Amino acid sequence: MALFANTTVLLGKELRTEFRSRELLTTTVVFILVVIVLFSFTFDPSVGESRKFGPGLLWLSFLFAASLMLQPCFLREQNNDTLSALRLAVQDPFSIFLAKLSANTVFLLLTEVLMLPIFAILYNVHILAVFPQLVLVLFLGSLGVAIPGTAFSAISAQARMRELMLPLLLLPLLTPVLIASTEATSGLLAENPGLRIDWLGFLAGFDIVFLTALWLFGEYLLEE
Amino acid sequence: MTKSIARAAVLFALIAATAYLAFNYAPIEKSMGVIQKIFYLHISCAFSAFVAFGTCFYANLRYVFTREPKADWLSVSAAEVGLAFISVVLVSGPIWAHPVWGIWWTWDARLTLTFVLGLLYLSYLLLRSMIEEPDKRALFSALFGIFAFLDVPLVYFSIRWWRTQHPQPVILGGPGSGLEPRMRVSYLLMWGALTGLLILLLSARYKLEALRASVEDLRREAEVR
Amino acid sequence: MTVQAFAPTGIRFENIEKRYGGLYALRRVSLEVAPGECVAFAGRNGSGKTTLLRIGAQLVRPSGGSVSFPGANGDELRGEDGGVKPPLQRPDAMGAPLGFVAHATMVYDELTAEENLLLFAKLQGIAEPGARAAALLEEVGLSERRGSLVRTFSRGMRQRVAIARALLSGPSVLLLDEPATGLDPEGITWLASTLRRMRDAGRTILMSLHGESEISALATRAIRLDAGSVAADTRARSDMRAILTFAGA
Repeated sequence: MALFANTTVLLGKELRTEFRSRELLTTTVVFILVVIVLFSFTFDPSVGESRKFGPGLLWLSFLFAASLMLQPCFLREQNNDTLSALRLAVQDPFSIFLAKLSANTVFLLLTEVLMLPIFAILYNVHILAVFPQLVLVLFLGSLGVAIPGTAFSAISAQARMRELMLPLLLLPLLTPVLIASTEATSGLLAENPGLRIDWLGFLAGFDIVFLTALWLFGEYLLEE
Repeated sequence: MTKSIARAAVLFALIAATAYLAFNYAPIEKSMGVIQKIFYLHISCAFSAFVAFGTCFYANLRYVFTREPKADWLSVSAAEVGLAFISVVLVSGPIWAHPVWGIWWTWDARLTLTFVLGLLYLSYLLLRSMIEEPDKRALFSALFGIFAFLDVPLVYFSIRWWRTQHPQPVILGGPGSGLEPRMRVSYLLMWGALTGLLILLLSARYKLEALRASVEDLRREAEVR
Repeated sequence: MTVQAFAPTGIRFENIEKRYGGLYALRRVSLEVAPGECVAFAGRNGSGKTTLLRIGAQLVRPSGGSVSFPGANGDELRGEDGGVKPPLQRPDAMGAPLGFVAHATMVYDELTAEENLLLFAKLQGIAEPGARAAALLEEVGLSERRGSLVRTFSRGMRQRVAIARALLSGPSVLLLDEPATGLDPEGITWLASTLRRMRDAGRTILMSLHGESEISALATRAIRLDAGSVAADTRARSDMRAILTFAGA
């Protein structure tokens, strides 16, 4: 229960700091917008073409945005050695990760949901009818990005060239998330939309595997 | 020193002999022709690479739980040797695929997995070079290695599920399935020879890393004085 | 300050070793600090003071040796075994709440003083976190600025927040790494009186210091570390002076 209590308190802190400055959210939204607009020049975004390439480029832009957004997650805690303060205070170090990855999932999901209508307009796809299902896909996919992303943010914070290291560590690992999320999104944006339960299940499996790994190894990631 | 040179010489002779057998003893495969010979090397290297990455995973786990520097030396050695083998796989694959399939590359599950695996361990080595302090380097790269290895089955299955819905060239029905006896002998010998090469490279690289670690310690001590 | 109940606890370092790569930061340091002692550590930069304090706070995993927290009545609260196998145990899980003040402030610049203290009080599971935070803000003299972001504070005010955070749990063992950093003379006097009260109440204090000051006058024992080993250890007033002033060199 201490885990749950600590996580709630820490999540509150993460959300409060972000919503106070909104630095991460605004920069990420603008980044995704830029990528989506630039992508439209690489092919003819007609209805048919968009169905084919749209989901992939959408998720690719989310992945790139996430690898930038997750950057400061642990770096911030180094400034004043607040990570040590957290380690001394919490009952279970896993709560630090749980709070951070929940916050990151919320931030990713927020930016994604904000960008969806713009994507739909620019690429002529219909999302209104399948919006709830899309959000479900976005949620499972974002969780899959946030779990290893949060873990690797703790790793890259220790390295030189960390701005480049995080995408390098994270993106190859996210191959399964990219495939599964893109397929699930394609299913929803197709002419006869359908929820791809198999891919959603795969995403959930991915989330569980890495959440378990984080639970097992998380506290070692906090060592100094 | 002379011992390891002798070992290397024996291994070289073995590989040369196996290559000779593969070309002159084993028959030419009917449908693919002489290009199939590359498979002796290709499959054996793939096997060695996977064994090396498995070793790396084991050493990563061992380091996290015991903090023996030796485990770290083994992980870096295994990752580098594995990357060397997987490069051979990634080069020999397209050379074979081009005449047989008519394309250099296809995003088939096994190919893609090999490629992604190569990328993951390349990141692993890059990460190591970006962390200065030895204990931190060992710990954080080990943790990354553990996460990366857990990803392997997920990558494989995601691509498999994905690609089964799309047409793809068929890879031969797996080696060993009704293999001609002389082919089988050549395969087994090549496999043995390259496993030997894996062990030789691994132990040489491990010794080098041990030396490197003691040099680093001496250098740091000298800096302090 | 509100009186917090606590169990008098000492701290024992047994054969503590810390290597960074092959480099020794600490070489088989064994120290027994009795409950209620106030120890000042002196020594050059790099002599191992910070590392020893961080190992005591269980933030850094020693390469060898162990830390334990012997209680006044002989009961033993053991920290982690010398090996590295068990995960770092949190000290207050063993019943010996620790307070730790580091070089860095260990508080969030982007939160207010009050939010910082509330956050850490809640994380530590302190009863009535609001009242506790308010009491400590009063204690460190920041009641009026409690709603301001720490970012807007002077170095001295930040250090006060940092010390308030360390005192939240009413620790029976306090570890302070150069606590006077950034404090103005008035702040040093305040810190000295706070620490004196803690010491006189029987709490154990370990602090690293640079040179003599009002704060070093509180010490009941002085230890000089040199290249990761204990070079001098005394409880005699006259010798303490020599140890503490030597450090400035």
